[in-house]
Amino acid sequence: MSNKESTLSTVTVALVLCIVCSVVVSTAAVVLKPAQVANKEKDFKRNILAAAGMLEEGVSIEKQFERVETRLVDLSTGKFTDQYDPDSYDQRKVSKDPKFSSALSKEQDIAKIGRRVDVAEIYLINNGSGLDKVILPVKGYGLWSTLYGFLALESDLNTVAGLGFYEHGETPGLGGEVDNPKWKGLWIGKEIYSAGGDVEISVIKGTAPADSKHQIDGLSGATLTSKGVHNLVQFWMGQEGYGSFLNNLKQGEA
Amino acid sequence: MKAKELLFKPIFDNNPIALQILGICSALAVTSSMKVTLVMCIALTSVTAFSNLFVSLVRNFVPSSIRIIVQMTIIASLVIVVDQILKAVAYDISKQLAVFVGLIITNCIVMGRAEAFAMKNPPLPSFLDGIGNGLGYSAMLIALAFIRELLGSGKLMGVEILPLATEGGWYVSNGLMLLPPSAFFLIGLIIWGIRAWKKDQVEEPEFKITANTKPKEA
Repeated sequence: MSNKESTLSTVTVALVLCIVCSVVVSTAAVVLKPAQVANKEKDFKRNILAAAGMLEEGVSIEKQFERVETRLVDLSTGKFTDQYDPDSYDQRKVSKDPKFSSALSKEQDIAKIGRRVDVAEIYLINNGSGLDKVILPVKGYGLWSTLYGFLALESDLNTVAGLGFYEHGETPGLGGEVDNPKWKGLWIGKEIYSAGGDVEISVIKGTAPADSKHQIDGLSGATLTSKGVHNLVQFWMGQEGYGSFLNNLKQGEA
Repeated sequence: MKAKELLFKPIFDNNPIALQILGICSALAVTSSMKVTLVMCIALTSVTAFSNLFVSLVRNFVPSSIRIIVQMTIIASLVIVVDQILKAVAYDISKQLAVFVGLIITNCIVMGRAEAFAMKNPPLPSFLDGIGNGLGYSAMLIALAFIRELLGSGKLMGVEILPLATEGGWYVSNGLMLLPPSAFFLIGLIIWGIRAWKKDQVEEPEFKITANTKPKEA
């Protein structure tokens, strides 16, 4: 032990330690990779199903997801596209990439997202007789953070079947109440468009009248988060969002 | 030192958070729900135990000039392994813990025990010391999580205990409890409590404040 402070032994110890540690770390990373990827996919599918209000406890996610058909939609034409492979297309990853998205002008950008993807990944749920539900990814800025979620519509493409956010950083207990099942339940059955085809659905301050078809209670103590949710639904249901696609789909021209 | 002493002394007599004031950052961040806290405690305890074990095993070969780097490398490797395992087997919880598992690397408890204990003691006592300090940290975190989850969201381990007013019950939740600063207040109260019980933990004041004015002048 007398020469353990020598330069040679210092370098040797450092080298051996680095090799041992890197082998351990890389082995763990490689061995556990498949399980991690599977978890991530499962988590994403669970979010989609939860937004649509179709998540059943006790049934495996893969099994539940079998009814879901993933399609890509070109938002500028409002038609389905086969430009990319739906399995490898990652909408969140490309949403800031100028090659895959277009900038929004200040008037258009009510959801404060800066850029909108050109091609959106949407989910169709079919039952025996045809289309049952459509699940659309939405996002927009709340008070502190961008809220990422899914909005599900019934087959009439007007009635809300569910709204849920899978990622946000709003204040717990105030804006964080967007996750409250009771509040999310208020959305179900509301209608997006007025008879004239305008986006009519809105989150209002206070309590919405009981017979209202288009209004949802605001969250108390979370005015700006409520406003953010209102804006993002307005944006994605409007012409810059899925408006033309929903129109085409209704007429069978998508 | 006896095994029992190594294991249990850090819980009340020499608590890493309450007496040594180490590892506060994660104590604030991950204690808003019990489930997440428990996973964090297990992760930190295993990292402290194994880093102590490995540091102690190599302590006679490590030149003192690079000993901190050696400790850091061992700790960092262990933390990465723990993080990878969590992502593979407990994905939901690892998502909630997010960056804090990675931050175990910089948790002063781990480094502190490696430098203060494992460098001078044989492997087995070092391992036990690691577990002991992990338990001390865990005891504090669990106490915080218990109070914060119960008062903040009316639940324990996600099971409803106090029915919330927003969901038709009677309990109006204390939103502050869900925010990190509340842990600061609670840690302060707990430290006060422990020091009132165990007087020898009270520190000598570093200086005495003298009166502003002398009675004569006044």
